[in-house]
Amino acid sequence: MSRFDSHVQSVKNDILTAVCNYARQGTLYENIHEIPKEIMPKGSASARCCIYKGRAILSERVALAMTTKGAYDHVIEVIDIACDDCPESGYEINENCRGCLAHRCIDACPRGAIEIVNKRAHIDKDKCINCGKCQQACPFSAVTNRVRPCEQACKIGAISKSPTGEAMIDRDKCISCGACAYQCPFGAISDRSFISQTIELLEDYNKTGEHPVFALVAPTIASQCTEHTLSQVIAAIKVCGFHAVIEAALGADIVANLEAKEWDEKGFLTNSCCPGYVDYVERFFPDMAQHISHNPSPMVVMGRILKEKHPGCRVVFIGPCTAKKLEFQKEQWRDAIDNVITFEELQAIFDSYEVDFDHLDEGLLDQASYFGRIFARSGGLTTALHQALIENKLETSKLKPLICDGIEECRIALLKASKGVLKENFIEGMACVSGCIGGAGNVTHGPKERAQVDRYASSAMEKTIHEAIRIFD
Amino acid sequence: MKIFVCVGSSCHLKGSYHILEAFKQAVADNHLEDDITLSAAFCLGKCRDGVSIKIDEEIVTGLSLETFPDVWQTKVLKPLGK
Repeated sequence: MSRFDSHVQSVKNDILTAVCNYARQGTLYENIHEIPKEIMPKGSASARCCIYKGRAILSERVALAMTTKGAYDHVIEVIDIACDDCPESGYEINENCRGCLAHRCIDACPRGAIEIVNKRAHIDKDKCINCGKCQQACPFSAVTNRVRPCEQACKIGAISKSPTGEAMIDRDKCISCGACAYQCPFGAISDRSFISQTIELLEDYNKTGEHPVFALVAPTIASQCTEHTLSQVIAAIKVCGFHAVIEAALGADIVANLEAKEWDEKGFLTNSCCPGYVDYVERFFPDMAQHISHNPSPMVVMGRILKEKHPGCRVVFIGPCTAKKLEFQKEQWRDAIDNVITFEELQAIFDSYEVDFDHLDEGLLDQASYFGRIFARSGGLTTALHQALIENKLETSKLKPLICDGIEECRIALLKASKGVLKENFIEGMACVSGCIGGAGNVTHGPKERAQVDRYASSAMEKTIHEAIRIFD
Repeated sequence: MKIFVCVGSSCHLKGSYHILEAFKQAVADNHLEDDITLSAAFCLGKCRDGVSIKIDEEIVTGLSLETFPDVWQTKVLKPLGK
């Protein structure tokens, strides 16, 4: 079984690992053109039309893996030559059609777009509105919906077909959630990576002993330990040269505590912790942006605390999120975080440093409470907010939360709220379905991950939010 | 004098919060609020020997509530001339 969800991630891992290897030696720039040849040597098979195109695509991936902080105002990119220009003809009748007597498809179609031609159903594309009712009605699976996986993945309609056929991202709409990148079967959409800069920070600390690099890890890490235990993964991060591993969930405890007070004051609020969601509100519902919590995200809160307690230190956030890669570059948060990588990229760093997982010290990770840790999955933030109200002896009976799992649910809630017809007074918005455990930068995604996060959360030594954050009093 | 108490995972699990509280109490009891600033720090790099603290530039390891009075005497009161 592959350690990744798909082979696309495996190819990406080869590139990222090679970039790390050269970055560690300080010879990355000299070897940019060698990496594709090393990964795809003469005579090797390519999924593309020829080895030259295969290598050309790998070169594009190398370029994406060498992004520097502040150079771009977006992180999700289409690799045009890798895009297979997938068909996007919508609903079509396939060879399973038996020309049956019932023809439920015809009855189901609200536009009269289906008729029987030569004993088989036929969809008139001029009339079809792509509602999919014929597909639901057919007992023979004779209706196929040909949509591009990227367009299907993007629930805000930011992806379309360019005049030359490949996928194109509308920068005015894209919220950098990375859903398209994770779903593209050709790996033609990818997130930019700051991995070589992370390596530079580690090597600098390693050589000079100055500017210790803190790994600030998202609580989603509990769902990412499939090959190894959490203890091994934490120890491995330190083996790669990080000074210490700190829980971003402690920042979540702080944020939950502040957000509870803010909600109590304002009476209506939505969260600031999910950067894809915040970006979505600002772009699509600008009038609602005033209701976003004024507290920075847990990542930023913890970054600032680390910088205050350890002047000169560097902070690398490690998480499941591609949108965080945009958040940390924003002017107002730039002081807090030096770099952001995903769990996919952490895997490449482990591979580059050839971590021997069988011979590691015990790795400990325990700072946050149960409530900070469950921020990693949908509904966690709301539970934490409720708990923080109780701990601050604030009124809980008036709290009417709405948990929005994925950007489509967020859209409906925001639409209602913007028209003043939303019953609830707290919107928990998560851009990814399932919350952070559904993030595009995870190594794996699976049905057990919610339970894994909850188990990890329950193992926290501190049982309440106030117990976790009392060290700052 | 600046005192940092490590609250990294290892020290945290060994009870660094209680050490922090012990310092707070001792500072209050001795009216040393003007002489000592007390703060948490994330990992002083001595994870095996926690709880670790840093007094100005010196790292002191192996703190527990049992060893605290001794450390307070020798590493805090004495250097302050109290």
